[in-house]
Amino acid sequence: MSALHIKKGSTRHSAYNLRPTFSDVQERHTIAVLVENEPGVLARVIGLFSGRGYNIESLTVAEVDHTGHLSRITIVTTGTPQVIEQIKAQLGRIVVVHDVHDLTVEGPSVERELAIIKVVGEGDKRVEALRLADIFRANVVDSTLNSFIFEITGAPDKIDAFADLMRPLGLVEVARTGVAALLRGD
Amino acid sequence: MTREMTGAKMVVQALKDQGVDTVFGYPGGAVLPIYDEIFLQNDIRHILVRHEQGAVHAAEGYARSTGKPGVALVTSGPGATNAVTGLTDALLDSIPIVVLTGQVPTFMIGSDAFQEADTVGITRPCTKHNWLVKDTDSLAETMHEAFHVATAGRPGPVLIDIPKDVQFASGTYAAPKPSTSHYQPVLKGDLEEITELVAAMETAKKPVFYTGGGVINSGPAASQLLRELVDATGFPITSTLMGLGAYPASGENWLGMLGMHGLYEANLAMHDCDLMINIGARFDDRITGRIDAFSPNSKKAHIDIDPSSINKVIRVDIPIVGDVAHVLEDILKVWKARGRKTDAASVAKWQEQIADWRKVNCLAYTNSEKTIKPQYALQRLEELTKKHDRYITTEVGQHQMWAAQYLGFEDPNRWMTSGGLGTMGYGFPASIGVQMAHPDALVINVAGEASWLMNMQEMGTAAQYRLPVKQFILNNERLGMVRQWQELLHGERYSHSWSEALPDFVKLAEAFGAKGILCSDPADLDDAIMEMINYDGPVIFDCLVEKHENCFPMIPSGKAHNEMLLGEAETQGVIDSKGSVLV
Repeated sequence: MSALHIKKGSTRHSAYNLRPTFSDVQERHTIAVLVENEPGVLARVIGLFSGRGYNIESLTVAEVDHTGHLSRITIVTTGTPQVIEQIKAQLGRIVVVHDVHDLTVEGPSVERELAIIKVVGEGDKRVEALRLADIFRANVVDSTLNSFIFEITGAPDKIDAFADLMRPLGLVEVARTGVAALLRGD
Repeated sequence: MTREMTGAKMVVQALKDQGVDTVFGYPGGAVLPIYDEIFLQNDIRHILVRHEQGAVHAAEGYARSTGKPGVALVTSGPGATNAVTGLTDALLDSIPIVVLTGQVPTFMIGSDAFQEADTVGITRPCTKHNWLVKDTDSLAETMHEAFHVATAGRPGPVLIDIPKDVQFASGTYAAPKPSTSHYQPVLKGDLEEITELVAAMETAKKPVFYTGGGVINSGPAASQLLRELVDATGFPITSTLMGLGAYPASGENWLGMLGMHGLYEANLAMHDCDLMINIGARFDDRITGRIDAFSPNSKKAHIDIDPSSINKVIRVDIPIVGDVAHVLEDILKVWKARGRKTDAASVAKWQEQIADWRKVNCLAYTNSEKTIKPQYALQRLEELTKKHDRYITTEVGQHQMWAAQYLGFEDPNRWMTSGGLGTMGYGFPASIGVQMAHPDALVINVAGEASWLMNMQEMGTAAQYRLPVKQFILNNERLGMVRQWQELLHGERYSHSWSEALPDFVKLAEAFGAKGILCSDPADLDDAIMEMINYDGPVIFDCLVEKHENCFPMIPSGKAHNEMLLGEAETQGVIDSKGSVLV
């Protein structure tokens, strides 16, 4: 039961609570939620966020334990410390939620996202796009005479930076997976 | 032990194995196989309501008055959507109920079939959990798990949607066994936090217990332990609407209800205290008033089984996640082991201060010899019924607040009211559920005429089963609370807040084969109430009361606890524009 984790966050024994819980500062947190992979479970989580007016910046979900039928939902959200605490507590009381981890608090963590980006252009712009892709270690996964599709993996900031650079060079479409994240170490 | 049987039979078998004796329901196409199984047995009594909302409220009344989960059975589509209000009501008041809905057969789901609705989708936000059972083999386990989820931790409503082909098909039934699901809320509180609370209790000069529905949900042991703790420490105690009866109204430390229409002494004690011990309450907005002025100088402890209640509205200093009975037991243990200390001298001074506030006599009102004042009607009802084995339900509005103020509750599970959702139409069907659970008790629904009309079709149910529920209607021909707010906030423009074309309630009762009593003269009131009590059968008591009485005391929206309005105060302009957007 995730109550234990949540309770730690809501007492002043946790480092998290050393900061003012009722401050107005908006914080960005990455939360990993381990859920039973049953029909409607994603709707429960999303419905909680929309019903209570919380933000979702990014959300990824996939089954990670096929024998135990457990899925991992990674949510990036923003809110005041109080709202973040509420989000974790509210997630924890969903019956099919096994565990809630605030990777931002429990961190450091590794965050990765994959994006595929289509860039259309000719001449110098095309050459420049390829050169920048090399610097960002993006791979070309499809090419025509006047277009590339790049595949890039990294922290969300890196993908933002790459997409920004590609925009003047003919970026036409972006597909992103959202953040997957794990705690560092053991 | 496992057995082969149809899904429909499994449903009935699982209900029996879960100790269910009463089901409130309404049949329809998608639940016919289950109704067939009900027809073939005699262990479970089915009560045919007249509307599915009534079934769910009746199940709530049954649950609140017994502590056991209530069960409702309805059909697909409109049956399920009609249950939504009851489910939401049970969710907000943490009432354990299990609602079974029929569904179109699995192969037709998604085809917009006749009486198809996405029941699990619709009820996902208004249940603690819900299930769509797609194969008969998993039905028994789901049924047992549903009862576990409804009652474990913070109780709440659950729903199982059962397609008709799953009811017809055969599968393997297994009897309930101790739950192996991962859902096992923590019951014991953190001993370190409990010790800190005890230390705070030892030195507190102005302590107050603020208790809620969680004490009642935790079971009779919690109320017993609470009484022991209050009596041993001598600390004053107040309660939310939902928690009335956990501590007896006749107890010497009782302050009365707190909150928007709570007692003066209770609200001032909350505002001025230096230690607030919240036990199973949730800092609801009806309680706190203005958040930034809420009890500004107190250290706050909060005991709640639901971690999400902690720090949701009010930041607390000592959070204790756990079941009320378990935590109270540990508090008493620790407090006794440390030598049963309190700052008795300071607490005595605090009690003197409270006694001064009590002298304000905030429930005073100007009585009349010509018209029945609603407060007077409830005082007489209290006087004439308090010695009975009595259960009270209410609808929602002024009458509900007056009932909470003027009736005294000595024991838990005696008071059934819609607190969180504020559901007009709750009280009548709830009284039916209570009467089913307590056939020999005196069950009274204190109602307003407007609320009562919202589920008046349940007269058919009361008449059919000869349930002697007493419908005590304080009839002011107004939506009294709406009218009061229009007076306070909208320049006395009473937009649509009166009850026109009301039925003749006496004739209405007679039309259902029940008894109707009309009373409009204060001098006749006692006799009329006695006639109601003594009649063996359902009664509609049409009590014509003063039409423009306001409910006081009142903390206007957007104000703090120490800014209460008392009776007959000048009420114009007391709520500023910021407060008027609040409800």
